[in-house]
Amino acid sequence: MQKQSIFQSKLLPYALVAPQLAIVLIFFYWPAAQAVLQSFLLQDAFGLSTSFVWFENYVELFKDPRYFEAVVRTFVFSFAIAFSSLSFALLLAVMADKPLRGGMVYRTLLIWPYAVAPPVVGVLWIFMLHPSLGVLSRYLRDLGIDWNPLLNGDQAALLIILAAAWKQVSYNFLFFLAGLQSIPKSVIEAAAIDGARPMRRFWTVIFPLLSPTIFFLLVVNIVYAFFDTFGIIDTMTRGGPGKATETLVYKVYTDGLLGGNLGSSAAQSVILMGIVIALTAIQFRFVERKVTY
Amino acid sequence: MANVTLRNVHKTYPGGFEAIKGVDVDVGDGQFCVLVGPSGCGKSTLLRMVAGLETVTGGEIDIGGRVVNQIEPADRDIAMVFQNYALYPHMSVYNNMAYGLRNRGMAETEIKTRVEEAARILELAPMLERKPRQLSGGQRQRVAMGRAIVRQPKVFLFDEPLSNLDAKLRIAMRVEIRKLQRRLQTTSIYVTHDQLEAMTLADILVVMNGGRVEQIGNPLEIYQKPATTFVASFIGAPPMNLMPLRPDETKSRFAGDSRANGKAGILGIRPEDFVISHETIAGGVALDLTVEAIERVGAETFIYGARQHEEQGIAANPGDLPPGELIVRIPGAIAPAIGERIRAIAPREKLHLFSADGRTRLEA
Repeated sequence: MQKQSIFQSKLLPYALVAPQLAIVLIFFYWPAAQAVLQSFLLQDAFGLSTSFVWFENYVELFKDPRYFEAVVRTFVFSFAIAFSSLSFALLLAVMADKPLRGGMVYRTLLIWPYAVAPPVVGVLWIFMLHPSLGVLSRYLRDLGIDWNPLLNGDQAALLIILAAAWKQVSYNFLFFLAGLQSIPKSVIEAAAIDGARPMRRFWTVIFPLLSPTIFFLLVVNIVYAFFDTFGIIDTMTRGGPGKATETLVYKVYTDGLLGGNLGSSAAQSVILMGIVIALTAIQFRFVERKVTY
Repeated sequence: MANVTLRNVHKTYPGGFEAIKGVDVDVGDGQFCVLVGPSGCGKSTLLRMVAGLETVTGGEIDIGGRVVNQIEPADRDIAMVFQNYALYPHMSVYNNMAYGLRNRGMAETEIKTRVEEAARILELAPMLERKPRQLSGGQRQRVAMGRAIVRQPKVFLFDEPLSNLDAKLRIAMRVEIRKLQRRLQTTSIYVTHDQLEAMTLADILVVMNGGRVEQIGNPLEIYQKPATTFVASFIGAPPMNLMPLRPDETKSRFAGDSRANGKAGILGIRPEDFVISHETIAGGVALDLTVEAIERVGAETFIYGARQHEEQGIAANPGDLPPGELIVRIPGAIAPAIGERIRAIAPREKLHLFSADGRTRLEA
């Protein structure tokens, strides 16, 4: 049965949803429409003339090998961040799920990092791993590792992945813990009596039962790695050295705001928007259906 | 095939709560043992200790001549049916049953034979490819049974397996479980709080209360000779009528046998041992009642009456019943009217006498 409210006036329901609609329109659709429009425009270097060029910005973008490098880099970053933060969070959650003395304190502490803002995360990791200031850098050098993320692109990438994954561990941990606690204890006990050792129990019973949570978190983490790592990248490496840590979102920023190429920047934004819409659609579609058991 | 022996088993939780206070039970090979008691009496804890899901803090649990206190559940060669069935929700019925066999490295062809045999016995054959959520409660229960029987373990453990089913299905499954156990001849331990289930299933009945065993024996024996007032009121429905006796009352009531010891006691009479009559009965008990309520269940009728005054030396204030209330069971549906005054009589051989603390049964 559908819930239906009866209104006396025909206008009242519209009036009631109007504020929400206004917010959505002004803050989401209008800027989005602006971006789409902008992506069809080309400005000269001084911003004196603007011409409508249809898809030229997109064509230019797809011809640019550096754009594809950024695409590949972003995907590598996203999967590395999602995979490492998910697996580490799952490990922590499985351990925290056991009956522990002071378990509540432990769990609460594990959730704290989520409250730290991305740029602050960046600063924290800089202090630990800065080639000349960092505490950890010294140990790494003592171990004979030539640690210098300011010059070495791979190391810079690793640093970004580490910092971004670290930040996301808490969030994932929280969902995994809730997921683990929703698995009936008797199912695990039944598996124990059925002769499954702890590792086998995990992979054949617990992991499949967590699969809806895992899939949900995978999408959330990829979206996070795509977009919310901006603050971390900006404070830690500013996309450098070279372009080694320039993701799609950071490229939108450098090309548009720093490089002044608004048309290309807008085209990139529109492509990103398409990716988000696709990811969200996948999530809505599959979380309910495919990944149920 | 194995016997299960519990020797002075204790369970104390880290907080100091003593859930099991020394239990000795011996279940012979192929026997069906039922642990029964009110909730919180420790029966489930005891079963989980046999399964290896709870640690044993004192005493020994012996399965088939091997002390299993320190042995993992997987290595005890037991199978358990849980109250909520605990089926693996992501696996098909077939895989639910095959899981325990695969974990033990059995060949797929042998697994197939066993699962199909179990499915045939339990009438699950058309549902092997379904997931648990596509099954009804009764079917899930049968899958849980199937998972236990394919393993061909030494011991079956049942933790209130029928309490999530509706009344009709519960009775049907009760009969099924008993038939299955007779056929497989597997030693079984079954936990329930339902005394009717306990009475009908058990070879050996263990009545528990407060972490202790109140009485062990065959169900009929326990019904006929309850060892304590707790057992007397727990086994049998409606419960036994219990009435305190003063020292002089025990003396006069049980004159001529050893029970007339001149100490205070508790007199017990089962509702079904009364007869409605106007006569008195030599050596027996006659109680005058006013009928307060009547329950007709078809084949029998329960009369709830109040004793108006001390009758034949028995004081008002029976143990578990509200002051002065008495339950009488009569066959058939013909009953006196509410408010009518009747007399219920019981012969001397149907009287039970317990010590005043209710802990000891006194025999003639």
